[in-house]
Amino acid sequence: MNTMQTKLHPSRRRLLAGAAAASGLALAGCATGGASGPSIGRVVIVGGGFGGATTARYLRMWGGNVDVTLVERNASFVSCPMSNLVVGGYKQIGDITRSYEGLKAMGVKVMQGEVVAVDVGSKKVRLASGAELPFDRLVLSPGVDFMNDQVGGLTAALDSGRVVHGWKAGPQTVALRKQLMDMPDGGVFAMSIPKAPYRCPPGPYERACMVASYLKTAKPKSKVLVLDANPEITSKKGLFERAFAQHYAGIIEYRPNAELREVSGTVAKFEFEDVKADVLNVIPPQRAGDIARTAGLVNVNNRWVGMDWLTMEASAAKGIHVLGDATFSAPAMPKSGHMANQHAKVAAAAIIQLLKGEPVSATPVVMNTCYSFVTAKDVVHVASVHQYDTKDKTFKTVPGSGGVSAAANQVEGRYALSWADNIWDDMLA
Amino acid sequence: MKLWKTTAALALLAGPAAVLAQDAHLARNLAATCANCHGTNGNARGEMKPLAGLQADKIIAMINDYRSGAQPATIMHQISKGYTDEQIKLIAGYFAAQKPKQ
Repeated sequence: MNTMQTKLHPSRRRLLAGAAAASGLALAGCATGGASGPSIGRVVIVGGGFGGATTARYLRMWGGNVDVTLVERNASFVSCPMSNLVVGGYKQIGDITRSYEGLKAMGVKVMQGEVVAVDVGSKKVRLASGAELPFDRLVLSPGVDFMNDQVGGLTAALDSGRVVHGWKAGPQTVALRKQLMDMPDGGVFAMSIPKAPYRCPPGPYERACMVASYLKTAKPKSKVLVLDANPEITSKKGLFERAFAQHYAGIIEYRPNAELREVSGTVAKFEFEDVKADVLNVIPPQRAGDIARTAGLVNVNNRWVGMDWLTMEASAAKGIHVLGDATFSAPAMPKSGHMANQHAKVAAAAIIQLLKGEPVSATPVVMNTCYSFVTAKDVVHVASVHQYDTKDKTFKTVPGSGGVSAAANQVEGRYALSWADNIWDDMLA
Repeated sequence: MKLWKTTAALALLAGPAAVLAQDAHLARNLAATCANCHGTNGNARGEMKPLAGLQADKIIAMINDYRSGAQPATIMHQISKGYTDEQIKLIAGYFAAQKPKQ
């Protein structure tokens, strides 16, 4: 490994620079890099979400003259975190939408389009438009795609718009909000949660709270049925149970071990019962985004991308970095926007070193914070810190660190909103 | 060559910190793990505490107070325990050297 070479052959320059940093003389002046001089390489990034956009910004910020092209199928970024507030009616879709202008101003070439093929050997990607983009290093941050074929009738139900998933923020979020507003008082909102792993472990339970919060005042005779394929609430269990009991008794009904088999109209069929819903929200089973599969990188359970965490390269292909939800997660590492942003910085740092032919950091760290709204103002968090373990070549949580809120509270309600503003800036400003 | 030897010897004397010190961008990379909440290079918005330009020893003292419980927190008492003292020192040094944006 490169890192071993550093230890065996430490260059004088690197030692001096390191000693300066360790003694508090931080090399901040060097951090922004210079944009002059020849490009050190071409990086193509596929996907402008938390992972891809952050990589683009940090490559420009840290790498100096790196030629960065970001390909994103949507015109704007719409945030999944905070989108449950739109479902509940506490925010508008515009509040969670940001443009890519900030990245353009930093010198990132932003292309709206869809990458349909990756040629690992000749190092280029092809877009649906037919255009080809050559790269020295490729970053795929494709998020998840859905395994709709695992549930009978789901593809047709989603295609018709009668059933929505709302698990990729944007038109689906707006559609779910509209269905909820159109629902009669006394109606049933049913949500199906797939078996873990899926994107945003606490997200479904936050959604249940936001929907119930809206119904409690607007349509108090209504019900929220949470049909969970998992044996229990998968994240912040005690805190969500308390919220369900404290705020939504008689509204939210939680049923574990309920794996969706079939969808017919707005009837959801499970092993032991059929559920007739006025609004049926199905969060489908998930896997790495399709382009990861197309590129031949999916090698864990036929669903996820196995990783070299030190460089964030796919284990199946050197030179192709994969971020976020598409990865086969390290132990206790959540599929979250926050984590994708952290992956992105490990990747950006590694890519710059690799383009320069220098060793990558041997001791990366990532951390996660997920805030969930349980009422319009009360929030609960889960946090974790993950240090790279050289022996086992994976990230591991630090014993004694991390945890959840002692109780839902409004202080963290304000922090959650600030978290969003700061992370959106960190990826897009 | 003499300087090389001296530096190497100092690095060895420094123990575990020397391993970290070989990585010139480590402080920057570690500090970037804070940016999701505390803003890029510590320039935070809204309710989050800006860290850019704070004195390093003040940041270290704050972290130690979160760890010990002397300073109650919603979340920092949990996050601060995930980093080593050496990492906190590097992070504090990095933020101290950043220019606060107005």
